[in-house]
Amino acid sequence: MNVMDNRATSAMLYLDGVHVSFDGFHAINNLSLTLAPGEMRAIIGPNGAGKTTMMDIITGKTKPDLGTVLFDGVTDLTRLDETRIAELGIGRKFQKPTVFESQTVQDNLLLALNVDHSVKGTLFWRGSKPESERIDKVLETIRLTDARNRLAGSLSHGQKQWLEIGMLLAQDPKLLLVDEPVAGMTDVETHLTAELLKEINKTHTVMVVEHDMTFVRELGVKVTCLHEGTVLAEGTIDQVSSNERVIEVYLGR
Amino acid sequence: MTSHMLTRSLDRGAAMFLMVVAACGILIPLSNLLLPAGSVLQVPTYLVALWGKYVCYAILALSIDLIWGYCGILSLGHGAFFALGGYAMGMYLMRQIGTRGVYGNPILPDFMVFLNYSKLPWTWYGFDMFWFAALMVLLVPGLLAFCFGWLAFRSRVTGVYLSIITQAMTYALLLAFFRNDFGFGGNNGLTDFKDILGFNVQAEGTRAALFALSCLALIVAFLICRSVVSSKLGKVLIAIRDAESRSRFLGYRVESYKLFVFTLSACMAGVAGALYVPQVGIINPGEFAPGNSIEAVIWVAVGGRGTLVGAALGAIVVNYAKTFFTSGVLAPYWLFMLGALFILVTLLLPKGIVGAFNAWRESARERRPAAAAASAAAEDGITEPDMAEERS
Repeated sequence: MNVMDNRATSAMLYLDGVHVSFDGFHAINNLSLTLAPGEMRAIIGPNGAGKTTMMDIITGKTKPDLGTVLFDGVTDLTRLDETRIAELGIGRKFQKPTVFESQTVQDNLLLALNVDHSVKGTLFWRGSKPESERIDKVLETIRLTDARNRLAGSLSHGQKQWLEIGMLLAQDPKLLLVDEPVAGMTDVETHLTAELLKEINKTHTVMVVEHDMTFVRELGVKVTCLHEGTVLAEGTIDQVSSNERVIEVYLGR
Repeated sequence: MTSHMLTRSLDRGAAMFLMVVAACGILIPLSNLLLPAGSVLQVPTYLVALWGKYVCYAILALSIDLIWGYCGILSLGHGAFFALGGYAMGMYLMRQIGTRGVYGNPILPDFMVFLNYSKLPWTWYGFDMFWFAALMVLLVPGLLAFCFGWLAFRSRVTGVYLSIITQAMTYALLLAFFRNDFGFGGNNGLTDFKDILGFNVQAEGTRAALFALSCLALIVAFLICRSVVSSKLGKVLIAIRDAESRSRFLGYRVESYKLFVFTLSACMAGVAGALYVPQVGIINPGEFAPGNSIEAVIWVAVGGRGTLVGAALGAIVVNYAKTFFTSGVLAPYWLFMLGALFILVTLLLPKGIVGAFNAWRESARERRPAAAAASAAAEDGITEPDMAEERS
């Protein structure tokens, strides 16, 4: 993480006083949150707490009504569209695995690589050795080397989740937003995913939304609990899970 | 492994398609010109013109498949680009008539004299030169598609809404071209063509040459489409078709990709229209009719969207059926048959003729090597992938 040292004072992601409402429903209500460079943060909270909406705001899919969203200390994300934000270095894994089903695993990763994404660049694209080596490396990391020529649509649910994480790796963003990575995974897969995310965190800033408390505990990082679009509690997993309000609205007694 | 086989089998299909088109483009004109009339193998001139029309439709179908089959843009107004290309060619042909028109005006086409025009409208400047008209054949549809696409794609108009506004676009052009004061021949359109590049458009030799040129254009259009869809850009197009917002989050500027492919497709449709007009001898506003564009989409659906070969095949098969059925007692029922065909294809062959054929062969092939490889592996230890590679 020493690469990040010179920017240790400025946040990788800074949200302050963000509001969003859809037809009068306040999805996000005065939300403030800071993510330091190199940090991994787990976001928990009940359904409808605004976790996914928050990711939509960060990635430019939803525009906030009020508030500040800064990336890397300087860039105002509320003014940019999805493509521009992705180019800046924010990658996202969706709640429901979204891979390109009719294309091969390998092509999915090729599409995700952070190389020239212009029309001209892709029309006259020729494969290169460094590119295919990077794809090989990602395939190895996500354990899909043997499935590289299979159609992504034919993968199991867990494999799709991993392919999507692999696409994030190929994209190599500064900040990874990972929405429910272990939903529908077996215990072994969940454990491996935690290991994978910890490995990724060595070189990237990560924000993970997850309901699986065992998984969150295994990550061993700072936890933020959202409720009704605002931060309810923040701290270590033990602090948060012993918080009275968190137990009341989310964990249950 | 599956994908390798798929691309290779497609390549073989593509090669076969190209050879058939090339053979037709050479043999049919030769048979028409060299064999004595009445001989069994001689293709009569009316058939050359008819088949030439089908080939132009096949180019139009390719252009629709490029955007619909690969990028998910369902244009129900592609006939407009076809007609605009046709009008550009028609204007050149009109100005070639010169003093041979009924009114014998060296500059003004007959309909302008009839409507008391005193001078040539500026929109007709330059159309006495073939190169200019040829440029306009590409430029006018291309520019319209660019402007239309720029507005529509930037505003993220997709799906059925986009289809509806493309339909509105072609309908608006239909109404405009119907007007006499619009300056393009009104409801009579442009006709009575005499010659093209100095050759009589009615002559057998010219018709044969136009047929051969149409086949050549089909081959070139096919090769362009094929190189686009097999490049990395083609993968991005499919990604946009299957998961548009995911592509945005990966950093692809979706609207630029759509705009590129939509404009390219419109230019191809324009070329198809330009080759169509001298072969049928007329262009009128009826070509802008929304029904025409919808029919073209049906050709692609019948042949198999996203296969290119299927689109061209669909155009030829459906139009052959149309010619066959509209010339007999069944003529009044053609539109019902077309509708029924569309419903049946959607229900029974959702991937079209070529798509269903590919799927059938793929499944047959998957069964075969598995069994063959198992016995081979038992004999001399050759692994399954090696066997499959050799076989394909």
